[in-house]
Amino acid sequence: MNKIIEWIDKRFPLTSNWKAHLSEYYAPKNFNFWYFFGSLALLVLVNQILTGIFLTMNYKPDAGMAFASVEYIMRDVDYGWLIRYMHSTGASMFFVVVYLHMFRGMMYGSYQKPRELLWLVGMAIFLVLMSLAFTGYILPWGQMSYWGAQVIVSMFGAIPAIGESLQQWVLGDFTLSDVALNRFFAYHVVTLPLIMLVLVFAHILALHEVGSNNPDGIEIKANKNPKTGIPVDGIPFHPYYTVKDIVGVVVFLMVFCGIVFFAPEMGGYFLEYNNFIPANTLQTPDHIAPVWYFTPYYSMLRAVTVNFLWVDAKLWGVILMAASVVVFAFLPWLDRSPVKSIRYKGVYFKTALTLFVISFFVLGWLGTKSPTPLYTLLAQIFTVIYFAFFILMPWYSKIDKTKPEPKRVKE
Amino acid sequence: MKKITIVIFILCMAPFSSLFAAESGMALDSAPVSTADNASLQRGAESFINYCLTCHGASYMRYNRHYDIGFTNEEILTKLIFTGQKVGGLMESAMQKKEGEEWFGVAPPDLSVIARSRGADWLYTYLRAFYRDDSTATGWNNLVFDRAAMPHVFYQLQGEQKLIVKISDKGEQKTLVLDKQGEMTKAEFDNFVGDLVNYLVYLGEPHANARKELGLTVMAFLLGMLILSYALKREYWKDIH
Repeated sequence: MNKIIEWIDKRFPLTSNWKAHLSEYYAPKNFNFWYFFGSLALLVLVNQILTGIFLTMNYKPDAGMAFASVEYIMRDVDYGWLIRYMHSTGASMFFVVVYLHMFRGMMYGSYQKPRELLWLVGMAIFLVLMSLAFTGYILPWGQMSYWGAQVIVSMFGAIPAIGESLQQWVLGDFTLSDVALNRFFAYHVVTLPLIMLVLVFAHILALHEVGSNNPDGIEIKANKNPKTGIPVDGIPFHPYYTVKDIVGVVVFLMVFCGIVFFAPEMGGYFLEYNNFIPANTLQTPDHIAPVWYFTPYYSMLRAVTVNFLWVDAKLWGVILMAASVVVFAFLPWLDRSPVKSIRYKGVYFKTALTLFVISFFVLGWLGTKSPTPLYTLLAQIFTVIYFAFFILMPWYSKIDKTKPEPKRVKE
Repeated sequence: MKKITIVIFILCMAPFSSLFAAESGMALDSAPVSTADNASLQRGAESFINYCLTCHGASYMRYNRHYDIGFTNEEILTKLIFTGQKVGGLMESAMQKKEGEEWFGVAPPDLSVIARSRGADWLYTYLRAFYRDDSTATGWNNLVFDRAAMPHVFYQLQGEQKLIVKISDKGEQKTLVLDKQGEMTKAEFDNFVGDLVNYLVYLGEPHANARKELGLTVMAFLLGMLILSYALKREYWKDIH
């Protein structure tokens, strides 16, 4: 065994990489519950790729056959139903773990110096994930696939001057049709997964360069054992965090399998009821709602109802929606607090973050509803709160009364 | 910190709570669904073939899938297939799509996954809510689905219902009363539709029972894994202080 490894090491940096990224990668010893979601996101990514490969073996990207081919997978392919539910549940759970992963970063200031690039690569992953979800949701070619995509694609049309031609360029047709289904399939199974893998690789590389943050938000590298050069509050990722993450994986799988086997539709949130109706290009559904993970942004898109500064309300909606996603990327420069973790931040930040979380959920809930005057007003109020969290951050994070950070991490 | 976690947890649960469940529309009757009841499913399957498949297809479903609910090869050939199709064939409608459009204005939808889009309760209520209405093309209307293109195909069984509209302070109240008795009593007809809807639920996802069964095995396995992996973690983490 040793001889084989020796042979490989002369030709490929196996042992050195194993050490650098696992057995001698020192992670803070005080990781809590919130630190499971990075490795879980990786697990879901692998799940999506593996189940996705099997789905492509029987799926037909053809407007006339797509819906039937999905039902073929569900009925006639051995364990096709399991593979498909694992993929559809995986899509939603990907967003669950990624949202929790992002929230962890916001709570403990993981985006702050020196982790700005790590955060930005993560943001790029988030954008690719959204594109993957969008292109994937079109594929079953049900009513929600079709009309949901119609709503999103029509946003290109809101861009002045070039909008309409841009929309046609994206669709390859005057309307959403078989042409678009084919190209979105190509993006979903080839282009976007490739970009995703490269970005995830870069994300981990950047993480291992700067080292992990932790719930106390202090740098463990600042306090190294002078003899060994190892951070005193660091422990090797392998075996400590590998065995700990296995527990997290099993708990996660219990939730995941609970959904896959006992509630794959998740009350219409993971698989929408209307998407069991084949796409009908002539019949717009009464109520179009995107899947739950897009509903907060959808609410903000609909929240703008008046033309303002010579710009159309619809275009404002699109701008606001794009801004609501991209604004996360600016966090490293918006946060002026001298401390990273919420444990040592003051009441202003805690209040702001709580309000932000509430507005995210309320906007998400509103996005599933048909608009009424009251709902639209609520969406407008919470859109303001959502953006206020970011825009006012340079101010409230600076004047906030912070507590002193400890020298060593707490248990 | 902990407060935020609690807020998040409550908010996560909110979409599933009944607080937000109230959506407009009439109250639906609860369908007696039991996909483990093969006798009911078999009765439903036969009714489906006799009453529905002439106009509607179930074209994602194969006849021989009905082994699942206890039919033998013989029974499938004699009780379910009247169109000379092979036992492994898809349950396609006898009617052409174009004919349907000409006769009803819209082609009757495929029913393979209708229970997944409409829900069992809606179907159960809808199929029992037809009433006489001379203002429509078919002479029938429906309390759940106003001006449905489908006529009342069970009128010989159920009889004819009449719409009664009461106007009070609370607004309009619509109820149906039996005007002409059909071949079945109300209880018999409810059972008949119940079996049919039960079958439609099965038709929507034939592997649902297998899914839940496998799920129990998987959960038991994961529980074992949880104990083992937690023990492993504790063993390794003993020396971390």
